[in-house]
Order: sequence, then C-alpha cells, then structure tokens
Amino acid sequence: MQYRLTTPLSKEALAPLRAGDTVLLSGVVYTARDAAHARMEELLEAGQPLPFAIRGAAVYYVGPTPERPGCVIGAAGPTTAGRMDRYTPRLLDLGLACMIGKGKRSEEVKAAVVRNGAVYLAALGGAGALMAASIRSCEVIAWPDLGCEAVRRLTVKDMPLTVLLDAHGGDLYESGPRAYIESLGQGEGT
Amino acid sequence: MSIRELQAEQISEMVRRLCLRANLELPQDVKAAMQAAESAEPWPLARETLGLLRKNQEVAAQSELPICQDTGMACVFIELGQDVHINGDLRAAVDEGVRRGYQEGYLRKSITGDPLRRKNTEDNTPAFLTVSLAPGSGCRITVAPKGAGSENMSRLAMLKPADGVQGVRDFVLQTVRMAGSNPCPPIVLGVGIGGSFDKCAAMAKHALLRPLDVPNPDPYYAELERDLLRQINALGIGPQGFGGAATCLAVAIEQAPTHVACLPVAVNISCHVTRRASAEL
Repeated sequence: MQYRLTTPLSKEALAPLRAGDTVLLSGVVYTARDAAHARMEELLEAGQPLPFAIRGAAVYYVGPTPERPGCVIGAAGPTTAGRMDRYTPRLLDLGLACMIGKGKRSEEVKAAVVRNGAVYLAALGGAGALMAASIRSCEVIAWPDLGCEAVRRLTVKDMPLTVLLDAHGGDLYESGPRAYIESLGQGEGT
Repeated sequence: MSIRELQAEQISEMVRRLCLRANLELPQDVKAAMQAAESAEPWPLARETLGLLRKNQEVAAQSELPICQDTGMACVFIELGQDVHINGDLRAAVDEGVRRGYQEGYLRKSITGDPLRRKNTEDNTPAFLTVSLAPGSGCRITVAPKGAGSENMSRLAMLKPADGVQGVRDFVLQTVRMAGSNPCPPIVLGVGIGGSFDKCAAMAKHALLRPLDVPNPDPYYAELERDLLRQINALGIGPQGFGGAATCLAVAIEQAPTHVACLPVAVNISCHVTRRASAEL
C-alpha cells in the first residue's frame, strides 16, 4: 500500500501503516543526528524546551552536504539510525511520531514505537542526490556550530519513504528478507 | 640514475581533482556491477530499489550533487616511485588537496579532530594517507572517500590457526549478517587474511581499491572470493536490507604471510557507493 501523509502526524494517521508499505511524506521534517541528539538530551535533563515541538513531529537522521549557490540543500540521504537509539525512546514517549533513517533499531526503540503508535521510515541509504529532490526548503534552526549536524527545518513534498517499523510490531528488516528466502523455497518445491 | 622532481603543489592539485571526481561519479566497474545486479534481481521490491539507486547516480551526475551525502574520510593512497623527490611536505600537500576539493565541491566535512572531544576540523582534513614505495619514478594517487555507515560495521578477529578457512568463512558471513541493512547494501567486501593485527586491517581496506571485476590473482583465493559472494547473496538481506538477492556486489581478498600462531582476518565493508578515483602524476 502507498500512503500520502502530511505533518504533524497523528497516531490515527499512522495506525494503518504496515512494514513494507510506502509513504509519500509532505510538510515539515526536522533534521537531527548524533550531536544534536546529545544536546537535546542535555536540554531535557535541564528541564528546558527542545528546539522544535516534538509532539507529532518527524525527525530525519541526516547530515546534508553544503548547498551550492542557488540550491535548497546538498545531497541528503539518511544516516544509520541505530546510533540514535539510546536517545530515542525518551523522544518517542514525549510524542515524536516519525523517524526517518536507515538501518536496524534496538529492541527498546521497537517497543517505544509500538507503545506510542509511532513509525520508523526508511529513506534510501546512499541515495543522497535522489532524496534531496523532494526537499523544498531548508533552514538551520538550532546549533549552527554543529555544521552538517545542526538542526534544520526542512519542508518536503512527496518524500518517498518505506515503512520499516510500524506501530504493531512489524519490522521490514525481518519480514522482507524472510519473505524473499521463503519465495526461494517455494520455487524449489514446485 | 636520475631523480625525478615533483612539486608538492602538483600533488595538491591532483588530490583536489580526484576528491571531486570520486564523489560525483562512481567508477565504471561499480556502475556495471550495480546494473548487473539489477538485471539479475528476481525479487520485485529489490529490483525497484536497485532502479532507484541507479536513478540516484543519474540525478547526481545531472545536478552535480555528490552521490551520497556522506562524502567520507578522504582515504588517499600514493604509490610513490623510489626515484621521486618531492619538493615540499607530502602530507601537508595531500591535506591541502583535500581541503580544496571538499570546499570547492560543496562536499561534507565529516572529520572530527579528536575521537573523544569531537570538534569538526571544518575542512575534512586530515586525509587518511597511505604511502607505499615502488620501484621507478612514477607517482600514482588514488582517492577513495569512505563513508561511516559501512565503516562502522567492519570487524577484525584474531582467529586460531586451527579455525582455518572455515573459521574465516564463518567470520565473514557473521560480519555481514550482523551488519544487515546498516552498511547500505548491496555492499562490497574488502577482506584481509593473515599479516599482523594492523596489516590485516590495512589489507582489508586496500582490497576495496581493486576493480570489482578483477579476481584475486591466486586461484585459491579467487575461488574463496566467489564462494563467499555466493554464500553472502544467499542470506537474503538484499538491497537496503529490504530482502532480495543482491546483498553483495563483490568480495576482494588480500592475503599475507603471518606468524605460525596467528590467523588474523579483517572485513572492511563498503557500500553500493564504493568510490575511488586514480591518476598518475
């Protein structure tokens, strides 16, 4: 199934999604990766607000290349999401609705996705030029000293994504390879 | 015998050009391997994914965007003729080339000057430089930008000699299984076998420079490369880890003499954006 979604994202909008479905996402997406997650945790520890409203938000784990003059953004493919696992359950419990990245997540993150009715979506890893094509604007909103790791507010139009973890415990990284292997077994049996 | 003179500036200029070329266009052998994988892929979602990765290469070429936003550590390999004299500081010249290339090409600056205090050096230096001496008066420079998604899934083990070739196979397959979707499959594997702890890792990285369609010159290791490739592609991980046949494009092994008590094996994983550009000065 393919779904069109627009941020902010409600649990109701995300509930039909299943691992392996595709999504065209539009609206606002915030970028954050290792260093920004570390600083967000410091803010939470200090009882201070995050640089953006987390409830219903989508976060994209990306550190783009610098934009050429006249361009919105440089190449902007996903980074490995697992490095953000230790920070993630807390953000999901605060209302983070959607994570965009690549690579497998911890059991704690999977449980927090289910508990909060959230989703984890795949952008195409190593396809930085293609992923940039759906980004319409880009503005640094926090921690410019972090360079490519600064928090950016992106507006995206029909960003092509694939559901990796759904709110019902589905995991494409388990079900996808399994289905392929099973298809080989069936081939041999016929 | 005459000594050939090279200016440090010539090296900087060549490194600059190679940084740009490597990040904007894949080597022909990698493109060909990706196309072959797409043609052979039986699983529909995997074939579609490989098609999108091909489209990404086209978009990068048209828009002068890097193929991948992780423009990597600038791994620079120089094969330097023994009869060459360099006027200037070689290491500084290479760093200057990286600095220029990454600035001019709007490439990402991904190097932290200290591993624990983590402040970005802002110009992607220092380069990760490997110099090897060769007979003659040539100077061959290769720039191979290496992304962290795949680098982070790489592993090394000091196996026991009794573990033998089966131990090596098991370790390589276990490494690929553990890596799963993280290193952006279809992957390329550089494998070092033998040597010492440090040389083994260096061989695994160096093996990634070999064109994907060139097997190990030793038929024993060429067969091991083919076997490992077949076994890896039976795991079903597939492009992006979504499932499918194309998990790995090629396995390149480098082997070396080792101690009677040692069997080191190192696996350096690279992604479908395995970049390298070379030129002779």
